[in-house]
Amino acid sequence: MSGKTLFKKIWDEHVVASPEGEPTLLYIDLHLVHEVTSPQAFDGLRLSHRTVRRPDRTLATADHNVPTDPISTPVKDPVSRRQLEALEENCEEFGITVFPRGHENQGIVHVIGPELGVTQPGMTIVCGDSHTSTHGAFGALAFGIGTSEVEHVLATQTLPQQQAKSMSVTLEGKAPVGVSAKDIALGIVSRLGTGGGAGYVIEYRGEAIRELSMEGRMTICNMSIEAGARAGLVAVDDTTIAYLRNRPGVPQGEHFDETAARWRSYVSDDDAIFDKEIVIDASDLTPFVTWGTNPAQVVALSGNIPSPDDFDDADEKNTTMRSLAYMDLEPGTQVRSIPVDIVFIGSCTNSRIEDLRAAAHVARGQHVAGSVRALVVPGSHRVKKQAEEEGLDAIFLAAGFEWREPGCSMCLGMNPDQLQPGQRCASTSNRNFEGRQGRGGRTHLVSPVVAAATAVKGRFATPDEVLS
Amino acid sequence: MKPVRILEGRAVPLERSDVDTDQIIPSDWLKRVERTGFGRGLFSEWRDDPGFVLNDQRYVGANILIAGPRFGTGSSREHAVWALMDYGFEAIIAPSFGDIFRNNSSKQGLVIVQLPPQDVEELNTLVRDDATRLVVVDVDNLRVEVPEAGWQRGFDLDAMTRERLLNGWDDIGLTLRREAAITAYEKGYAAPTLSGVFDHEGHTLVP
Ligand code: SF4
Repeated sequence: MSGKTLFKKIWDEHVVASPEGEPTLLYIDLHLVHEVTSPQAFDGLRLSHRTVRRPDRTLATADHNVPTDPISTPVKDPVSRRQLEALEENCEEFGITVFPRGHENQGIVHVIGPELGVTQPGMTIVCGDSHTSTHGAFGALAFGIGTSEVEHVLATQTLPQQQAKSMSVTLEGKAPVGVSAKDIALGIVSRLGTGGGAGYVIEYRGEAIRELSMEGRMTICNMSIEAGARAGLVAVDDTTIAYLRNRPGVPQGEHFDETAARWRSYVSDDDAIFDKEIVIDASDLTPFVTWGTNPAQVVALSGNIPSPDDFDDADEKNTTMRSLAYMDLEPGTQVRSIPVDIVFIGSCTNSRIEDLRAAAHVARGQHVAGSVRALVVPGSHRVKKQAEEEGLDAIFLAAGFEWREPGCSMCLGMNPDQLQPGQRCASTSNRNFEGRQGRGGRTHLVSPVVAAATAVKGRFATPDEVLS
Repeated sequence: MKPVRILEGRAVPLERSDVDTDQIIPSDWLKRVERTGFGRGLFSEWRDDPGFVLNDQRYVGANILIAGPRFGTGSSREHAVWALMDYGFEAIIAPSFGDIFRNNSSKQGLVIVQLPPQDVEELNTLVRDDATRLVVVDVDNLRVEVPEAGWQRGFDLDAMTRERLLNGWDDIGLTLRREAAITAYEKGYAAPTLSGVFDHEGHTLVP
């Protein structure tokens, strides 16, 4: 018999029941909750007189809605304010730990789980947010769910699930210098397409993945959903263990070493067979920019905007035409010549300390171009505090970037940080959908270093154009 | 959730691919704490355009939406399903769907009909030619029909989703029948400890 994939190992350990003809009932180790996808779930519990089964496995934070203005300023939008209050009231009522706006542990749900050490190898993790796939970087099976499922997990700590198929995406060789985790993620999404991962859990493997930090691996797993996969995984190794040591949520001292030894089994067996295997040559990767309105519409920063004529498929031709019109781009335009209005460094894809360090390295001693507004939004209060201890805030501020309070911010524009119609944005977030960052706004997804260089040049640029 | 056996009505051809949930319901609408009233926000960025198909008088009152490939990808927002249903849609027919969207739909009783692209195109043509044509989605027999045109196709639905739709079963109620199994599982399982962050009453321990 062949060995087990990492996915199958975690799955098998969490089966509560597998009744004939019904989906498997899977146990959930950690349920992360935020203000946007939970109010209707708590309401449902109240209506049916149900309680939260395991408040000790449930953790809530405010993130999607919070303004990034100084904490002392009240939330102006009454609908947002109501939703933030509802989260606190619901958590109070049902006995759930919550980090409200301004709390020192508050931040984007996918940033705080790992940094607090509550995201651990071998776990099943769910959250009412599609980018829950981020936590898979720790060898945890983590996926996004809808509000009905949030209610289901609150009430039962389980979820009925059909087992997904497994896919390995192997990044062979080393990524060239100047290629960041975000570029690898964009490269993978463009290779798979927006639907290529549908029905699969992807395990990312290979040298270029092993060499990444945990932050980089989170960036890759984060974008699994953009290829249609519900979850991404990276096997546990020394990097995983080193990241988790001393985090508040993990066992401390010698207990940590015992636990870590067990965590090391969360890897795919050598002879495990995947339902689908994809190999990507990492040395082909380059800094990427999305040009269209889905995250698979990717072009090299050194390249040109594609033309509908580049595609044979009628459907793709059409999509390309529509995307180009929305983005107001001419086929053949050099990417480097395209000016931007806004630069956004933030989101659960790229707002961790390493992302901010990388961007600050490019911004140091430079200045944001006159026509550009550039925002830096740390992923959490812990990230913000550490960045300030390292003096990154001073570098950004001196270079003319705004240094804001943590939250999802311009990633989805539910708070006041929004694009105006027609504005063009270089963004380190994960979705370039029409209107995602504000009605009529035009989003180009890039890495943190490209975002910083672009802010300085006022047009798409790589760090070497700024640093040399 | 109310039982769904057979849906009959008119269908509207959206004819767009990659319609993600941000387009179905923009994030501005997600601030609400209620579950109703989202219909007004459905496709709201496109609704201002008089040429948008939902503004076409011939399709007013349609309860079946025919969409392009990869409908409902992106964000997990169930609000997308609430918006479609609040607007009056009871079934979506498309060549492929986002996974989370498909799940969310099944919880609310929005029927997801996946057909091969050429069948979807044929159906588009049928309702473009004559918007008054009756379309029937039969969940019991897993069939889509345009009786007047003699057009009929079967579709797949996993057995459990079909049962749930037909009976209007509540998922949580179904799972709670397995309460004993959940408790037994919890007893036998060395669950990962999170005790450094919050205790068993849910109080924060991190300073
Ligand atoms: S940062 Fe963006 S993608 Fe991430 S959780 Fe927030 S809204 Fe979702």
